[in-house]
Amino acid sequence: MKNNAPKVLASTLGNMIIAMVTVAAFSGAILGFSYKITKTPIEEAKNARKSAAVLDVVPGEFDNDPFKDRIELTKSGIELYPARQGNKITSIAVKTYSNDGFSGRIELIVGFLLDGTITGYKVIEQKETPGLGTKVTESKFANQFKGMNPKHSNFKVKQDGGEIDAVTSATISSRAIIDAIKRGYKNYTRFSTMTDDEEE
Amino acid sequence: MEKQSLNNLTRGILKENPTFVMLLGMCPTLGVTTSAANGLGMGLATLFVLMLSNLAISTVKNLIPDMVRIPCYIVIIASFVTVVELLMAAYLPGLHAKLGIFIPLIVVNCIILGRAEAFASKNNIIQSLFDAIGMGIGFTLGLTSLGIVREILGSGSLFGWNFVGEGADTMLLFIMPPGAFLALAGLIIIFNKISGVAK
Repeated sequence: MKNNAPKVLASTLGNMIIAMVTVAAFSGAILGFSYKITKTPIEEAKNARKSAAVLDVVPGEFDNDPFKDRIELTKSGIELYPARQGNKITSIAVKTYSNDGFSGRIELIVGFLLDGTITGYKVIEQKETPGLGTKVTESKFANQFKGMNPKHSNFKVKQDGGEIDAVTSATISSRAIIDAIKRGYKNYTRFSTMTDDEEE
Repeated sequence: MEKQSLNNLTRGILKENPTFVMLLGMCPTLGVTTSAANGLGMGLATLFVLMLSNLAISTVKNLIPDMVRIPCYIVIIASFVTVVELLMAAYLPGLHAKLGIFIPLIVVNCIILGRAEAFASKNNIIQSLFDAIGMGIGFTLGLTSLGIVREILGSGSLFGWNFVGEGADTMLLFIMPPGAFLALAGLIIIFNKISGVAK
């Protein structure tokens, strides 16, 4: 059966160059085309995930779309999502991060009332150990943050003299969450004093 | 002819199952199967790439000189993998986030280059497609069953449906890398017993 098969093109230099150039050109065209058609949906999917997390952590009533009204602090990569009722800001969600995770960067969105009281957080990106570190994304750990305020000195895990129960055998991941929330809080307070000055 | 097609189709599922018999593509097999859904997603992505690459390579096999065969195949395979990755990021973002680095790694999955070399470059388009579907299904079944075992033992859930309650103690070992080897070994024993491959 093999003898009947048409002969494969001979391996001359010309043939090889033509074959490789053609294959590369075709691949390039296909890739360019699929990049173009998927660019917007990819962007939208990313935004939808963040927007859902924002709506999850901002409490109470508001009549704007906090995600649309976001303020990006370009230097740090931190984003602020203010929730407004009328023209007054009622609460704010902050996208923040920590580089102290057990396996790298953790990104989360945390909600604050105006006095800094935490209304909840949602992890949007993490690479923690499955089954151990990933427990920081679950509600059992996350719920204890509700109502706490990062400005108090006891905003630490119990091992460090605070009053947060770290996830068993994932203290580093737990500390990273606290670190991220503190960073978000710092940026939020800096932002709120900034806008107060402008308004006055 | 029909018998040959059927043979090409079932070979990948049973006699030469990539996961349980040939032990090919171990990197994604051990890496992503922490849950049944991940295994299924990875298997289907590989199946899709395998079909496209076998089709394309079988079509152009006579136009590519022997000496540049491998570079050309790799470019073709890499293009299809990137297309799959872009599509997945756009329309299945949740799964894409979970499979992460393993999607681009389909490029160097030996099953795909292996089938291109060993089958698609020597057979016609229809037979190559049958071969790709068989191998792809075999790989998907392997990854999904490994994912099911690891998810049940390691997380106490199945396809995300938790049956032991949140915070229960499960055998965490099984969703960590060593558990992948143990679970795979167990499944190979069972597979060999049932199929009678090992004499």
